[in-house]
Amino acid sequence: MDQLALLGRKGLDKLAAFGRAGMILFQSLVAKPQPLVMFPLFVKQIYFIGVLSLIIIVVSGLFIGMVLGLQGYTILVDYGSEQAVGQMVALSLVRELAPVVTALLFAGRAGSALTAEIGLMKATEQLSSLEMIGVDPLRRIIAPRFWAGFICLPILSAIFAIVGVYGGSIVSIDWLGIYDGSFWANMQNSVNFYDDVLNGLIKAVVFGFVVTWIAVFQGYDCIPTSEGISQATTKTVVYSSLAVLGLDFILTAVMFGEL
Amino acid sequence: MTQFDDVVIDIQKLSFSRGDRPIYNEVDIKIPRGKITAIMGPSGTGKTTLLKLIGGQLKPDSGSILVDSKNIPALSRSDLFGVRERMGMLFQSGALFTDISVFENVAFPIRVHTDLLEDMIRDVVLMKLHAVGLRGAHDLMPSELSGGMARRVALARAIALDPDIVMYDEPFTGQDPIAMGVLVNLIRRLNHSLGHTSIIVSHDIQETLGIADYIYIIADSKVIASGTPEELSRVESEQVKQFIQGLPDGPVPFHFPANDYEDDLLKGNR
Repeated sequence: MDQLALLGRKGLDKLAAFGRAGMILFQSLVAKPQPLVMFPLFVKQIYFIGVLSLIIIVVSGLFIGMVLGLQGYTILVDYGSEQAVGQMVALSLVRELAPVVTALLFAGRAGSALTAEIGLMKATEQLSSLEMIGVDPLRRIIAPRFWAGFICLPILSAIFAIVGVYGGSIVSIDWLGIYDGSFWANMQNSVNFYDDVLNGLIKAVVFGFVVTWIAVFQGYDCIPTSEGISQATTKTVVYSSLAVLGLDFILTAVMFGEL
Repeated sequence: MTQFDDVVIDIQKLSFSRGDRPIYNEVDIKIPRGKITAIMGPSGTGKTTLLKLIGGQLKPDSGSILVDSKNIPALSRSDLFGVRERMGMLFQSGALFTDISVFENVAFPIRVHTDLLEDMIRDVVLMKLHAVGLRGAHDLMPSELSGGMARRVALARAIALDPDIVMYDEPFTGQDPIAMGVLVNLIRRLNHSLGHTSIIVSHDIQETLGIADYIYIIADSKVIASGTPEELSRVESEQVKQFIQGLPDGPVPFHFPANDYEDDLLKGNR
């Protein structure tokens, strides 16, 4: 019976946290726009969240593209259709790997940093002092970070896909000697803008929303101690990763599974 | 209890608890306008909590907190931010924004709430920093300051906009004797010349008795004594005497509520 009560309590706690997360998002985003104040803060966050994540995204994209080229070639060459490796690399990147891997890396690189930063601001009473100065921390701290993450992730995902295709082409054309005309032509023929590129982009937009939301909420809602911040940071990475993988399945089923 | 002519903060039947632990039980506190009021009491009695309740950062379980007859717990989010513009608060930790310099920290409330020109902001900020003796430190980052200095910068920031009500949470902790004297004078001067209402939460009995016009002593979730420093020195209550004279033995317990000491120690062997 105790176990049942515990389960119910945990369920209620999660539900309450979900409600708080929704309220925080609503209160930080729905307000009178103050472009002059918000824009510089937003640009600063774009730099911290987006620009500083570029290196990990570019390097990972390059390697994943190269691995795809290599793996694709070794499988396709058995059927004599190694010319199709370009199409395989591009489709797997654009549809799946770019949005998913970018979101996972983004959760680890930028999401955890967001949570830790906001959590530490809470622990050192910086959020409270903002409130007492008469500035809403949701508008000033949460909103620019949320928008920056939401916008950066799709762009990073696009960069990931482009670099990945380049990595695939290095391995396939320069190293394994596939004829470059067929590599690019196959890719061009099979990748459809609406079905593949746009759907991949929609995935990245959804992941950007979810990952950044989780990160800012965990930071804002954390217990303001060193232990609380470490738990919140862990939660950000774990919840974001699970949410990304779960949502990826649902989105794929809707987009490509003809549901 | 003395009746004041002009009350700026009127707390009525305030109850607040953290979890199962009651912090306040139907407490009434009146803060007179333009005076220095001190809130004293042993640690853990919720003095900082009281400041947060007045600032609307915490919501009481019941009771009302009227600031200029506006009931803080009932205000909407945006009205609350409006009231807070007139309050300044010095946090116990200083709570400086760590990503901007000392100068920008003090300039922050001015930039947010006024449209002053840049050179005017500079003058105001330097004047405020000069008042706390840290004009020369305006280029430093908060991480380069000692705890006492950070708190003085935070004080400069709290008074940057000359708010009507300034709340000081432990302003004297961590200050050397020179800085302490300067701070005591500064708080008194701000109060006398600008007519600020000041609320000081402190343990430093001598300094606080020296500048406070009125004092509330809080213990056991209620106000155990209140009055001017002279009135308090004449109070016969053992509790009050113990606190003001700083004696470890007396009716105010030094220990956090606990099981029997002997039992606790012997339990380990069983």
